[in-house]
Amino acid sequence: MSRFADLRELFAKANEVKSGDQLAGIAARSEQERVAAKYALADTQLTEILAKPLLEDEVTRLIYDSFDETAFVPIRSMTVGALREHILSDLISGDNLKSLQPGLMPEMAAAVAKIMSNKDLVLAAAKIRNITRCRNTLGQPGVLAIRTQPNHPADDVGGILLAAFEGLLYGCGDAVIGVNPATDSIESVSAILHALQRLVTTYEIPTQTCCLAHITTQLAAMERGAPVDLLFPSVAGTEDANRSFGINLSLLREGQERVREHHRRRTDVHWIGDNAMYFETGQGSALSAEAHHGIDQLTLEARAYGIARTISPMLVNSVVGFIGPEYLFDERQIIRAGLEDHFMGKLLGLPMGCDVCYTNHAEADQNSADNLLVLLSAAGCNYFMGVPCSDDVMLNYQSTSYHDALAMRRIFHLRPAPEFLEWLESRGMYRDSEPTMLEGPMRRELMSKAEELLSC
Amino acid sequence: MDRDLPARIVEKIRERTPARLLAGHSGGAYRTSTQLELRAAHAAARDAVRTAFDLEQHLGRDLIERFGIFEVPTQAASKDEFLLRPDLGRRFSAISEEKILSTCVPEPDLQIVIGDGLSTTAVAVQVPALLPLLMQGAIVRQWSVGKPFAVRFCRVGILNDVGDLLRPRVAVLLIGERPGLATAESLSAYMAYRPRAGQTDADRNLISNIHSRGIQSDEAATRILSLAAKMMQAKAGGVKIREELPAGVSGQIGG
Repeated sequence: MSRFADLRELFAKANEVKSGDQLAGIAARSEQERVAAKYALADTQLTEILAKPLLEDEVTRLIYDSFDETAFVPIRSMTVGALREHILSDLISGDNLKSLQPGLMPEMAAAVAKIMSNKDLVLAAAKIRNITRCRNTLGQPGVLAIRTQPNHPADDVGGILLAAFEGLLYGCGDAVIGVNPATDSIESVSAILHALQRLVTTYEIPTQTCCLAHITTQLAAMERGAPVDLLFPSVAGTEDANRSFGINLSLLREGQERVREHHRRRTDVHWIGDNAMYFETGQGSALSAEAHHGIDQLTLEARAYGIARTISPMLVNSVVGFIGPEYLFDERQIIRAGLEDHFMGKLLGLPMGCDVCYTNHAEADQNSADNLLVLLSAAGCNYFMGVPCSDDVMLNYQSTSYHDALAMRRIFHLRPAPEFLEWLESRGMYRDSEPTMLEGPMRRELMSKAEELLSC
Repeated sequence: MDRDLPARIVEKIRERTPARLLAGHSGGAYRTSTQLELRAAHAAARDAVRTAFDLEQHLGRDLIERFGIFEVPTQAASKDEFLLRPDLGRRFSAISEEKILSTCVPEPDLQIVIGDGLSTTAVAVQVPALLPLLMQGAIVRQWSVGKPFAVRFCRVGILNDVGDLLRPRVAVLLIGERPGLATAESLSAYMAYRPRAGQTDADRNLISNIHSRGIQSDEAATRILSLAAKMMQAKAGGVKIREELPAGVSGQIGG
């Protein structure tokens, strides 16, 4: 490690190329320097990473408080390079990796990701299934869930429900029916939450709903009687970045307790588990808040997962291409980051999905999204987004579509979440795990019923 | 278009949301018309982002001569650098500073600046209609108006440099928004009261979504001018000033 001043520099320089690390002025200055850092990182003992925190803040304290020394014992003597081979080895099963999870610091997951190829990231992640439960069960082998994202530029409730409804015909909405509101007000968020719940109750759909407003707005709406299935915050890997989001660790813990209590009071709902939170993250968010402390964006992303796993979320996804080209410049960087995030999250025990996406000022297009979608499906990603024709008309970026869900489930022989699939079949919308209502008169009849939704 | 549904229902749904519903499908894929439609919208967005701003081509000789518009770059030297280094798009180069100082009259009541931002198309489509309305309106209100100029590779933060150089009471930056698939022609007006180094978005006011299916140019001009008057009267901008906005107005730009 001689040519690198400290772990922070070594971690940054060992990264694959990311425009965000370059913008922060911490990236390797040549390809040979990058590889030298990878060599040095591979030879670094995990105990050295444990002994030398990259930063002192409340996130670091949480990481150390939640670190399990006993679980760490099997890998205690390993270097980062040895851990890579251990994770990839045929002798190490998904269960073996799961028992390691509490003994793996986020920084160790980040370090090992830095010396893995894209295919390594797929292969290793594919071993690990992290299963969660709220109103249904997600994450099992053979299951690919979809979050429908029926956003509307003016939060029109009828428009939102129509988009969500069409998603159901495509078998989408089992991960969550989740709306990003255009206006972060208690009134508008309450209206959306009530409307989504009405949809789920009317059709008896075994799934979760969520309105992705600021966590304090959601809690205020909940206090006023709005039904919250999943409570959403964005999280980042430093205390300062989280402060810029208007959150801190105690607010997250308090939020989880309050939403669980709220679930207990809603006795009309059949809860099958107590995973009640939904987190979104993304490389570059700390830098964009000028709160990165000289640490690279991959490592900070892993630290965000370190927070998330102490709160037992139902869903976690990186919104990988949303942040823009100054952090992830092109398709190559977006794909790399998507694979890294999914792998690190799975390794750390999280129910990882991914918003495979891009903005129009990044060097990417829908083919880029197709590529990452296929790679992450091969990696066993828990869920993707379902946006009508991938065009989010509120947030103005492109994600993945209901059609993409059909395609991935076909190619990889995957099914919706079991309770949701049973519901789809009971309503005649699916038969033998395939959608039936996408053609002809049955669909016409069903969409005509959607007219009722317009009266909302 | 959806072949299975009565036109009446399709029309009702279309009225309710701009989301791309009822597109039909072929297996796990789009119909060919949808596939090409999405590519066409993305192509318009990409061209809006990537097209190099050219004063004469995008604003037209008449407009340039009428208001004496000139063009200066920021410290970004290329489109890629502009996209990768937002900080450079917030600062004028030394040569640009000299040109602005030698061409403009300092301390006007109102200074209008045009920036390419993330959509050259938005500037080309909206500014030729909007700028004359703003200039006339300012004169009617008996404000002194600085000579408008255009900034290539421009980010919103350039307002601070404009303030430090020319010390206007109110500065308006007309800048191309990050294009979506729905339109690549959307313009934003960012406004600052006595802009200067250190100001952030919290000190600025924004009227976004200026395009043919959003806020029309005459309405935009009226709103910009009344907001400027309000800022001058209150001697403040940003979160301290609230425009009475119709609901549902939103827009984004990489600041």
